[in-house]
Amino acid sequence: MEPIYLDNNATTRVDPSVVETMLPFFTEHFGNASSMHAFGSQVGKALKNARAQVQALLGAEHDSEIIFTSCGTESDSTAILSALKAQPERNTVITTMVEHPAILTLCEWLEKEGYIVHKLKVDKKGRLDIDEYKSLLNDRVAIVSVMWANNETGTIFPVEEMAELAAAKGIMFHTDAVQAVGKIPIDLKNTKIDMLSLSGHKLHAPKGIGVLYLRRGCRFRPLLRGGHQERGRRAGTENSASIVGLGQACQLALEHMEAENTTVKALRDKLEQGILSQVSHCFVTGDPRNRLPNTCNIAFEYIEGEAILLLLNKLGIACSSGSACTSGSLEPSHVMRAMGIPYTAAHGTIRFSLSRYNTEAEVDRVIAAVPGIIAQLRKLSPYWGEQGPASANGGSFTPAYA
Amino acid sequence: MWEYSDKVREHFFNPRNAGPLEEANGIGDVGSIQCGDALRLMLKVNPESEVIEDAHFQTFGCGSAIASSSALTEMIKGMTLDEALKVSNQDIADFLDGLPPEKMHCSVMGREALQAAVANYRGEEWSDDHEEGALICKCFAIDAVMIEDVVRANNLNTVEEVTFYTKAGGGCAACHEGIEEILAKVKASSPGAGEVSPPPACPATPEAPKPPAKKLSIVEKIKKIEEVLESVRPMLQRDHGDVELADVQGKKIYVHLKGACSGCMMEAATLGGIQQKMIETLGELVQVLPSSHMPAEA
Repeated sequence: MEPIYLDNNATTRVDPSVVETMLPFFTEHFGNASSMHAFGSQVGKALKNARAQVQALLGAEHDSEIIFTSCGTESDSTAILSALKAQPERNTVITTMVEHPAILTLCEWLEKEGYIVHKLKVDKKGRLDIDEYKSLLNDRVAIVSVMWANNETGTIFPVEEMAELAAAKGIMFHTDAVQAVGKIPIDLKNTKIDMLSLSGHKLHAPKGIGVLYLRRGCRFRPLLRGGHQERGRRAGTENSASIVGLGQACQLALEHMEAENTTVKALRDKLEQGILSQVSHCFVTGDPRNRLPNTCNIAFEYIEGEAILLLLNKLGIACSSGSACTSGSLEPSHVMRAMGIPYTAAHGTIRFSLSRYNTEAEVDRVIAAVPGIIAQLRKLSPYWGEQGPASANGGSFTPAYA
Repeated sequence: MWEYSDKVREHFFNPRNAGPLEEANGIGDVGSIQCGDALRLMLKVNPESEVIEDAHFQTFGCGSAIASSSALTEMIKGMTLDEALKVSNQDIADFLDGLPPEKMHCSVMGREALQAAVANYRGEEWSDDHEEGALICKCFAIDAVMIEDVVRANNLNTVEEVTFYTKAGGGCAACHEGIEEILAKVKASSPGAGEVSPPPACPATPEAPKPPAKKLSIVEKIKKIEEVLESVRPMLQRDHGDVELADVQGKKIYVHLKGACSGCMMEAATLGGIQQKMIETLGELVQVLPSSHMPAEA
């Protein structure tokens, strides 16, 4: 049985042509781009080409605005710490309740260090309150950091509008766009976004390569100091093979942008409708009308997500869950809690995230598999009666806290 | 992905005794929807013999919660209530060939459901006194609430002491920052507390204690050594280990580590903790060593 991979928001398969592009940089093109000799200059040219490919996908005005890093997390940390270092008179960060841990954990640490962090709330569909945001913009704010699209629900935030509002008050704006890049069109030169993080492995490039986009003229302090690589803004010998691979992946993403928003989106919609029409007591989380074309997050009530994943995995189907157990924490996903999803549903959220490699036959197999798994687990659940939730049938289950 | 044993997987994919039990006369409901684990245990108890004739469960939870519930029902069928009450959460985990540390609370839930079901059968009230916090030490499955309670109860000040009392932090050491934060929090909240002394950068060499009022005679010294060992034995016995005095040679105290303590990866931490207590009690610098370190011709 062929496995079905529907966890592309976690990571993606490296495109075979990306692998092919990279291979010579482990063998004949092993040079250090900083060297004066021919070994180095070949690599230097390849890096320049890759930078232009990334620039094209992001719609950046200059190729020098692209800084290669090791991952999305490094780009995020660099952006926020740079803004605080470069503007010591400003001590506040504005972000959201539903950011990735790459931002939230850093912000928790910044709070311990004495900085002020405002986390914007979301409504039950995961949308921000722009009036709340406007009310917080003042001259103590060093940087606003808001994700372009949410990794769990795919919900898209209006970052272009928010960047305009920040710019009008002279505040730097960063967006963690690791889920958005390659899935929706981006044209940075026509926005007021100052910094953007992307991660290679979310768009069919390898792990261990990321980018920080830094608008020309935006004040900057490097995280890593040392050599003159990346114009002194990110020291350390370039990961040339991965940079070249990322460049190729960006070019492919641009070529497939339309398919992502038509073919992949149609598969996602078919999967979602196929599940919703067969399974009772489940619903789509986030803002279904304004989300990434590849992502579908469904909350299955009265059962727990890890158990669903294990049964799906047994059938060769890979996806992820927002339950507490899958993270080893005591609480379900912070994104689900921020949206006020009840605990009986939050623990049973399953994220299906597709890519251009998925096929209709795969989607059909998943649609056929899910209802049986949900029924099997509900049969085990004390919250579920013969026909529906135990509470709806006169019985109830109110355990002592343990 | 968790590393579940084959037995856990087997009990998850083919749970035994799942679903309602019509003739149940003892039912225990425990768990918390907030944490994502809840369990209803149903027992059919013979009123004459108090033997559990049948046991069923319904569980809302992850793979190991379902497997633990299934295992528990298999284990207790045929036992008397009193026998069943002796089943510990470690027994449930052992039955399943072990659980990942993050998942030990699934077996705790099973044991508590059992207590609740027995109480329900006997017409008693059962209230849960177990509070669970965020998991700090993943090597030994110790949570924040337990560390905080032990820090308060014993007035602990260093990560090393916490490791000695709870084992937390004795493995990979990745949780030391978390333990330091708990220590700082407890210090800050305890009345009249001074500032937290920063932990030493490297494992401390024992500081010279205040000189004792008078020098101890050898008999007094041995008695005090025995007292210290007696005080730590219950803690070691809880983990199926034990300790006894082997010999005293000058400043060197040799001990036999027994049971689960012998060969335990925590041996050094255990000895270090005992040594600290010895130094405090005796008022002089001593070394506590395993009996295997005794000179051959002593």
